[in-house]
Amino acid sequence: MAKNNKLKLVTKGLLKENPVLRLVLGTCPTLAVTTLAINGIGMGAAATFVLICSNVVISALRKIIPDKVRIPAFITVIAGFVTIVQMFVKAFAPDLDKALGVFLPLIVVNCIILGRAEAFASKNNVIDSALDGLGMGLGFTLTLTVMGCIREFFGAGALFGIQILDFAPLAILGRSPGGFFVFGALMALAVKLDMANPSTLGNGSGCVGGCLGCTYACAPEKKAEAVEGGKA
Amino acid sequence: MTKLAAIFFSMVLVDNYILVKFLGICPFLGVSKKLDSSVGMSIAVIFVMMMATAVTWPMYTYILVPNGLEYLETISFILVIASLVQLVELILKKFLPSLHRALGIYLPLITTNCAILGVTMLNIDNGYNFIESMIGSLGAGVGYLIAMVIFTGVRSTLEYAKPPKSFEGLPITLVSASLAALSFSGFGGLIENLFGTF
Repeated sequence: MAKNNKLKLVTKGLLKENPVLRLVLGTCPTLAVTTLAINGIGMGAAATFVLICSNVVISALRKIIPDKVRIPAFITVIAGFVTIVQMFVKAFAPDLDKALGVFLPLIVVNCIILGRAEAFASKNNVIDSALDGLGMGLGFTLTLTVMGCIREFFGAGALFGIQILDFAPLAILGRSPGGFFVFGALMALAVKLDMANPSTLGNGSGCVGGCLGCTYACAPEKKAEAVEGGKA
Repeated sequence: MTKLAAIFFSMVLVDNYILVKFLGICPFLGVSKKLDSSVGMSIAVIFVMMMATAVTWPMYTYILVPNGLEYLETISFILVIASLVQLVELILKKFLPSLHRALGIYLPLITTNCAILGVTMLNIDNGYNFIESMIGSLGAGVGYLIAMVIFTGVRSTLEYAKPPKSFEGLPITLVSASLAALSFSGFGGLIENLFGTF
């Protein structure tokens, strides 16, 4: 694969195939932890680590794992790495552990990770899978951080824990309804940006429609189709 | 008894899994288009939540804790839940084919639903005993059902709306979900006033 394509593997996750906004995967942690910008970075970093490691291992084992038991095998690999991250965060960043709460272990059922394992890592070589994991992880982290900044600023008048305003401009954005609202607005923005750039038109927008059947987001086989569909 | 009621109602209304805790959002956005499918899905969720709690709570308390293996919580819970769902599906198929027809298609979908794994872990985190955990899971499931049914109603009206082009589809659905969540935030403080604090 040419060098250009390798770079593309990393950058496609940022907007064109942004896992959260375009592929609509991993919505639960996106909504739940983004009340503070720093949580977004923490969650994103944890998920990126798991994503890269599990992509590498699954890609390396792709010829050994029998097709029939691949989903349980993938889940076991992912759960192993999630446990590592969990112990690491508990030991070195107890505040983050408290803030992320149950969503840290829940990375194991994050659709992004199983989705990439199924759609990409189980079909591509180790290096490409690692780059794909990095790109998707960066896209996830970026989205979570942006969302965290918006919600923290409007919800508490602060950014990364530094108080900027001495009042909360729109406190509701820091609470649960605000999560849905900011997420919807950002998703609309991503669609808008994609529409403004005709060269990518039809690329992701097909997926927005396809992933509306996000019933599939939790059914690995069908989700793979949805993800592949978005790529085609 | 009061505590059980408090747990149940706080799970249903105040800590609603979908709208307040953001667990199980994928199926919430995916199957909430039709009333039959959202009710079917929610009943399957209630069923699996109770089954999963009935298995994981004793496993954690009597196997993992005495052996100092609490760090295996994540990996063992997800594997137990995944195999449990497979097993339940096989049993239903063999002995209760009508129930299997009703719930069958939803069962594999909820194996990796974060609400299921979430409820089993939160029961442990909250320090509930076995009965409290079961009631907590039931409440979480019923709350799930209520949120799904309410939102299906919102969504069927939304079909006829004409939002701006970039908001079409999922974005406008999320914005209306935010309004539904707003109504649930009105329940905050209800439990303290009804049952007192614990």
